[in-house]
Amino acid sequence: MIRSINKNFILYLLISIAFVSFSPYLFEDYGIRILNNIFIFIILAVSYNLINGVTGQLSLEPNGFVAIGAYVTALSLLSEDLKWDLFQLEDPAPWVLALSFDIFPALLLSGVVASIVAFILAVPVFRVRGDYLAIVTLGFGFIIKVFAINSPEITNGSIGLNEIPSVLDSYTIGFIAIVVVILILNIIYSKFGRAMKAVRDDEDAASAIGIDTFKIKTLAFVTSAFFEGIGGGMLAVLLTTISPDLFTFFLTFQLLIIIVLGGLGSTSGAIIGSFLVIGGSEWLRFLDGPIDIFGIQTDAHPGTRMVVFSLILIIVMLFAREGIMGKREFSDIFRKKR
Amino acid sequence: MDIATLLQQLINGISLGSMYALIAIGYTMVYGVLRLINFAHADIMMVGAFATFFAMDSLQSGFVVATFFAIIFSILIGVLTDKVAYKPLRHSPRISLLITAIGVSFFLENIVNVTFGGTPKSFSVPEFFDTIINVGSTILTPTVIIVPVVTLILLSLLLFILYKTKYGMAIRALAFDVKTVSLMGVDANKIIMIVFIIGSSLAAVGGIFWAINYPVLTPYMGLMIGLKAFAAAVLGGIGSVSGAVLGGFILGFTEVAVVAFFPELGAYKDAIAFIFLILVLVIKPTGIMGIDFEKSRF
Repeated sequence: MIRSINKNFILYLLISIAFVSFSPYLFEDYGIRILNNIFIFIILAVSYNLINGVTGQLSLEPNGFVAIGAYVTALSLLSEDLKWDLFQLEDPAPWVLALSFDIFPALLLSGVVASIVAFILAVPVFRVRGDYLAIVTLGFGFIIKVFAINSPEITNGSIGLNEIPSVLDSYTIGFIAIVVVILILNIIYSKFGRAMKAVRDDEDAASAIGIDTFKIKTLAFVTSAFFEGIGGGMLAVLLTTISPDLFTFFLTFQLLIIIVLGGLGSTSGAIIGSFLVIGGSEWLRFLDGPIDIFGIQTDAHPGTRMVVFSLILIIVMLFAREGIMGKREFSDIFRKKR
Repeated sequence: MDIATLLQQLINGISLGSMYALIAIGYTMVYGVLRLINFAHADIMMVGAFATFFAMDSLQSGFVVATFFAIIFSILIGVLTDKVAYKPLRHSPRISLLITAIGVSFFLENIVNVTFGGTPKSFSVPEFFDTIINVGSTILTPTVIIVPVVTLILLSLLLFILYKTKYGMAIRALAFDVKTVSLMGVDANKIIMIVFIIGSSLAAVGGIFWAINYPVLTPYMGLMIGLKAFAAAVLGGIGSVSGAVLGGFILGFTEVAVVAFFPELGAYKDAIAFIFLILVLVIKPTGIMGIDFEKSRF
């Protein structure tokens, strides 16, 4: 458990709950949509941070596990009749038809499936040092897409799934985000979390004092996959339509910027980063259209936003590697020096 | 399956394998000296292909001139990447270097995307490459001969540099211990630059070959090819140049063979490299020509 359930923690919890509760009165429709997106990205970023920032193993998996979560949730929520209607390329597989859950068991199932896949990936990768994790997870993202396109009896191929019932309102999404953040903080402040940080700071020393680095890295990876699966399920419900093209490397890249900008290893940083990057991404939308510079109209250059994003990432890495929060949390800032 | 078809597939495999090998060499050499999975390497290959396209399409130059233009341009981008993005991070945690590499990769892809537009570009293959040579019942195009021959020449040149020159000796020494080598008076940054020059020029050649064989260029073409080439480098034993070539050929042959013998698995051919990668990590993480870096350095 969080050792220091101090006034600070409760304060931030109350602020978050108040923010989620009052958000529908503060923002308009468009704002709420973006906010829901931000909440889901907080879930994804905070859990992605667990393997990348806290354990220090560069992994590029989120798009793969988000895709798994999204498909599992979508297939669980769609009714049998709707599945017959939707699947045009091939008849749905029998177990796909039988798959039917309410939203919360469906999200849980998404998380479980994602973490099982993560475990299968983690075992070969963590036998060697973490270096290969990046490339194996990057490859995994592609393979998931190849699989999704070529298994029309499960995923409806490249057409994807639509008419997913929109069963989550912004309260529920916000509160799930708060619960996930609390759970992840609990892991970070547990003995496992300290072991993860030890692995990040010095793997040799960590294993010398008796930490099973293989186990700790696998635990971090599987846990982060679990919550990414859940986040993916929520994303599917929010978007109501999913296709293999949705879960490209860009999703992972966004999350990477979020946690790097916020400060690798800081959960508060991941939350700030989610607001900045997802909000900023909406704000930067003008870059993709034609721009007026001193009366000179430039042509529309779709993709300019991505150039800006990659520049931000490189510049942060080169000149401000700590990001906004460094490894600190909100509660560290206002605490007196020990 | 008759002999002619078998021969045909064999030739296709050599051709595909050569291209993987050319790109894998860059991965393996940079990993050797920097312990960095250079995610931007495949995008250097893409830049090479696009530079050739640009020279031929917009500058109206001939194919040979375009080739040289592309190689020089790719070397420039490769060296610049090292100087601007990787050099300041030599002494930082490895994760910073990896994240920066991904940033550079994404930057190159998107800057090309913005410059050339999102639609795939069709590469006008010089007519010379379209002539068909019949040998018995096997159909050959000049590419299937030129690609392996050029690869072989470049590879021998590289092995000569690595094993017969002072620079090559410095590169090999750097792969084992940067600090000691620097103390002995070798300018490590200069040697790393040479590695990037070699890697980028080979990647550019690979990119041009790729454009001739698959004349549809997209800014994101590097992603998948790079992933496969890296898998080939790991398969051969990362850090070893001959290993990268071997891995490239094994991967090329396997892909061609799977598509030829099991057409129903054709859609999954892109997954083969990935399966190889996982298998190598499970069975022998140091690859076929295995060099165990973890013991020798860091």
